[in-house]
Amino acid sequence: MQQAIARPEPELRSESRLSRRLVRNKWLYLMILPGLLYFVIFKYLPMYGLIIAFKDYKPFAGINGSEWVGFKHFDRLFTESDFGTILTNTLVLFGLNLVFFFPIPIILSLMLNEVRLTFFKRIFQTVIYLPHFMSWVIIVSIGYVMLTMDGGIINEFIASLGFEKINFLLSPEWFRPTYIIQVIWREAGWGTIIYLAAIAAIDPQLYEAARMDGAGRLRQIWHITLPAIRSVIIVLLILKIGDVLELGFEHVYLLLNSMNRDVAEIIDTYVYTAGLRQGQFSYSTAVGFFKSLVGLVMVMIANRLAKKMGEEGVY
Amino acid sequence: MVEDRTLAGRLFGIVNFALLALIAIVMMLPFIHVVAGSFTTSAEMAVKKFVLIPTDWSIDAYKFIFSTNTIFRSMAVSVGITVVGTLFSMLISSMMAYGLARRDLDGRRVFMFLVVFTMLFNGGLIPTFLVVKELGLIDNYAALILPISINAFNLIILKNFFQNIPEGLEESAKIDGCNDFGILFRIVLPLSMPVIATISLFYAVTYWNTYLNAIMYLNESKMWPIQVLLRQIVVLASGLDYSSDLDSAVPPPDQAVKMAVIVVATLPILLVYPFLQKHFAKGALLGSVKG
Repeated sequence: MQQAIARPEPELRSESRLSRRLVRNKWLYLMILPGLLYFVIFKYLPMYGLIIAFKDYKPFAGINGSEWVGFKHFDRLFTESDFGTILTNTLVLFGLNLVFFFPIPIILSLMLNEVRLTFFKRIFQTVIYLPHFMSWVIIVSIGYVMLTMDGGIINEFIASLGFEKINFLLSPEWFRPTYIIQVIWREAGWGTIIYLAAIAAIDPQLYEAARMDGAGRLRQIWHITLPAIRSVIIVLLILKIGDVLELGFEHVYLLLNSMNRDVAEIIDTYVYTAGLRQGQFSYSTAVGFFKSLVGLVMVMIANRLAKKMGEEGVY
Repeated sequence: MVEDRTLAGRLFGIVNFALLALIAIVMMLPFIHVVAGSFTTSAEMAVKKFVLIPTDWSIDAYKFIFSTNTIFRSMAVSVGITVVGTLFSMLISSMMAYGLARRDLDGRRVFMFLVVFTMLFNGGLIPTFLVVKELGLIDNYAALILPISINAFNLIILKNFFQNIPEGLEESAKIDGCNDFGILFRIVLPLSMPVIATISLFYAVTYWNTYLNAIMYLNESKMWPIQVLLRQIVVLASGLDYSSDLDSAVPPPDQAVKMAVIVVATLPILLVYPFLQKHFAKGALLGSVKG
């Protein structure tokens, strides 16, 4: 009996300590409240809304009122003939990103690091960061006025050399090169920022020691700079792999037209068209859900692999 | 770093410099071409086919695009969204970041997990659209601001920066009778100007560049921000078959007009960029490499 009375006491005390802390920090909680509301409303409510992938969403019935249909939409997803094409297109763009885009910021940051005059280094940085701040609409529009058949500088140049003009914008075979060149143009410079930060943290004595041993600049890059940024490279690679199906919806959407749809339609654009244009809310949510899940699983696998290789990983 | 004075070292430096200069020039060329093209007369364009620097400068294209108030209206919309959105985002992001940076906040690990998880997984396009619709934000400018008002990555950068501010400063302010709001706005924010400038730029650029949310949430063409109008003028007016079914608002313009619209839509960023650029070039983001 005595025990039963005694037991609640410490609990009560720690609780009152907690509530006292909560009261003392009331302003802090008030400060994070708007932010928390943002995450709940615009991030977690949509996650809850994913349940419509298992329902037949009817606008008048709402998310909760619509009827459950189980895996119907997922069955359709895996039997739909379009889906194979869309998945392939998505994976091809991902591959292009990994092979042609990913190494460029690394190479660029190594090159920038070798520029000894700070003044010029700053100028190069200013110039190559700039395209990142342009919207995809601007990037694609600039691409458009340069590539168009009527008066685009590139086609006029091709014509002036006596060759036939190329319909870059409307032909399926030019979609992927256009896409990846624009990605490189916009993001390669900005991508260096994180590597340059890692390089800046390298102890200069390492370079001096290497020079004493007679290492040239290439060997210094190979034996000092690259190993030093290795873990940053791996972290970014993990994040990139997690984004396997996240290829810049807006960019692809802006490049997409009825002539290149066979190669340019990716999961995101498909979700947009099927969902918002054709009103197939539940089906397109299922497609989007599939994409988000694959992304989550991929980042977990990549993270596990990185940890096995003795790296820190991202979480 | 000591200069490498061997012949090979110098040669390497020169080749490296030349390559970088070439890359920088190639990256700038499209911009230069578009700016120059916007000042070219149709006559010169017709004769020379392509012009890098025009001989006859003309502002006809700009006169043309500003002859209706469509562009002005869109620019005003975009400026409004950008200013209001950036202020709002900075306010709620820095408040939340400061709260999460304080070690004595109970539950900060849970809150941080809630934030980081949204970077790995999200509800996707359609559920987000439905939430915005249920909130009654369709055809409301708030739909361009509220759904993107905090970027988790920006929030973490701010939080990491605030965490590195010596706690002693906050303690002394507390002793002087400041509450947490006072500490944030009078002590922490003034000490964080480089990161505030950088993150403000990031938010401002996001709002200025808003396109997809605008076409998803705004049906009224009168409400269009400049990015949607730009898209409309450059691609749709040319008769290129395109998946959008929005109506064209302006008669088909020629190359110079399109370029002029691109320049106008880019200009505000170009005006702000040099002032803020020095902060991130200096490495204001240094501490943020790892979350």
